[in-house]
Amino acid sequence: MIDALIVGPLLLPAFAGTATLLFWLRYRWIGAIISIASIMGLVALAITLMVQAASGEVIAYALGDWPAPFGIVLVLDRLSALMLLLTALLGLAVAVHATLTGLDRKGWHFHALFQFQLLGVNGAFLTGDLFNLFVFFEVLLIASYGLMLHGQGARRLTAGVQYVIVNLIGSTLFLIALGLLYGVTGTLNMADMAARAAALPAGDQGLLRAGGLLLTVVFGLKAALLPLHLWLPRTYAAAAPAVAALFAIMTKVGAYAIIRTIPLIFGDGASMFLLPAALGTMLIGFVGLLAARGLGDLAAFALIGSTATLLTAIALFDEPGMAAALYYLPHTTISAALLFLTIDLIVRWRGIEGGAIVPTPHYKGQGWLGFQFLAVAVALVGLPPLSGFIGKLLILQAAAASPYMVAIWVMVLGTSLLGLIGLARAGSTLFWKEDASPPIADDRPVPRAVEALPACFLLALLAAFTVLAGPATAYMEATSAQIFDTAGYVRSVLGSEDGRVGR
Amino acid sequence: MSIEFLVASAIGVLTMAGIYLCLRGRTFPVVLGLAMLSYAINLFLFAIGRLVVNRPPLYEKGLTEYTDPLPQALVLTAIVISFGMTALAVVLSLRSFLETGTDQVDGMIEADPPEPDPEALS
Repeated sequence: MIDALIVGPLLLPAFAGTATLLFWLRYRWIGAIISIASIMGLVALAITLMVQAASGEVIAYALGDWPAPFGIVLVLDRLSALMLLLTALLGLAVAVHATLTGLDRKGWHFHALFQFQLLGVNGAFLTGDLFNLFVFFEVLLIASYGLMLHGQGARRLTAGVQYVIVNLIGSTLFLIALGLLYGVTGTLNMADMAARAAALPAGDQGLLRAGGLLLTVVFGLKAALLPLHLWLPRTYAAAAPAVAALFAIMTKVGAYAIIRTIPLIFGDGASMFLLPAALGTMLIGFVGLLAARGLGDLAAFALIGSTATLLTAIALFDEPGMAAALYYLPHTTISAALLFLTIDLIVRWRGIEGGAIVPTPHYKGQGWLGFQFLAVAVALVGLPPLSGFIGKLLILQAAAASPYMVAIWVMVLGTSLLGLIGLARAGSTLFWKEDASPPIADDRPVPRAVEALPACFLLALLAAFTVLAGPATAYMEATSAQIFDTAGYVRSVLGSEDGRVGR
Repeated sequence: MSIEFLVASAIGVLTMAGIYLCLRGRTFPVVLGLAMLSYAINLFLFAIGRLVVNRPPLYEKGLTEYTDPLPQALVLTAIVISFGMTALAVVLSLRSFLETGTDQVDGMIEADPPEPDPEALS
């Protein structure tokens, strides 16, 4: 019975998204209630599944009861459960924020697109089949095109065209990689592919590696790695900030796919470019943050930089590195989303139009926003007392054993300093300087304290994640061990070590 | 000339044309390039189960040799997705042209714009 719950994170948003379509013209608040209730259901489901997965068991659910290498399986382990819970919590905050600030009424079908986005993300985290992963990537991308364009405007459309084109080419590369891998291994099931890749003749190893590297390129594109990061700042700065907050999980989908496939199928041989690319991205991200003139750019580059810090830890491809990365992953997702929600509130509450980082006349709620900005800056840069400090400490500790230790330490500490300067400068301009000259628009909405609730919720999550660092790191270490126990994964999904039994 | 050579060179030429067109500055060639790339991928996926002639993909009485049916199912999925995506790209570029007055992918207004939109300049 509990096994069948694995399908829940896919079915619930699919039905809820369809149901919100019934209320697209009148009684739109019913659609919003359905959407938020569905996400609360997702949180409950994710917690149930996480409790189940915490026992260390890898649970495979065969869709339609077709046995593993032939049918599509959904696989639940500690890593997928963690990602599901993170997605649901983030989705809850963003959906409530969008409803409170009225973003969902600025265009059509916001909640339906939102639910399908969650469906795609959850599916990508659960599936155990590479082609199915491609399909769920497409689902989440199609929904993200709609969400990104939500609210429209010329600047958003131009950025949207670029975003769509870049991702279409990314999908093309994904298909080429899948074709290569199917051509050499004859399967698309991840566990089966892992078992067969180990037994490939030497002549096919080159093709397998080419497929693995192509996959890394595709996932690197989603995670905005160095040469492929150019689409992100423009897209995220042009999208509505609340939507960009949800998109903070999308770069993590790329990171998740790297964690899931590379150690399982390719060993760490397919990843030698990952570490230099991640270090370069970190520099680009925080230098961009320092140079940002607008709030949207500031948040987008902070997201690039902190995702790159995460990928650096992943690129170590050993157990302590992965455990550190997994602890840093929820932290960076939540704090980047919190930054986007904070800048949305700043833009809404202050007296002038637009997202430029300039001094403004004093406005109601400025004090609270100043505190919120300070908290998120502390979290993003990695200062104590919030969880970013623990996360970066774990990463530095894990890197100490690596041959690239000097480079990693220099980059992580140096970029933290850059980020600190950039955020401190932006914060002091926004909250300390006062400038009465910009004209105040008359039609500004009156700030309502309730709009800050979702941001407070995320802040409370960060605080809880810091206080519970002990149990959290224990869970992450167990998860990391599970990721590198590839034989156990294959056995759980296929029912035998090499997948040959039962054929 | 073998069938492998024909299919391989067709994929190569389509990919070449697709990449060239995708690198152009205007949306129309880029959309065409995306379509070419997706054709190339469809052919490529079709060929990954190895090329065989005159063999059915599904069960037929009295036959022992079959072609791999899975790539054909994959191609079908890929065709549907790439078709939908191309349609979306067309609508989006059209909408972006109508709103910004330019069909440049990076949204820059040319020297002699039809009707510059103030928002596009920012």
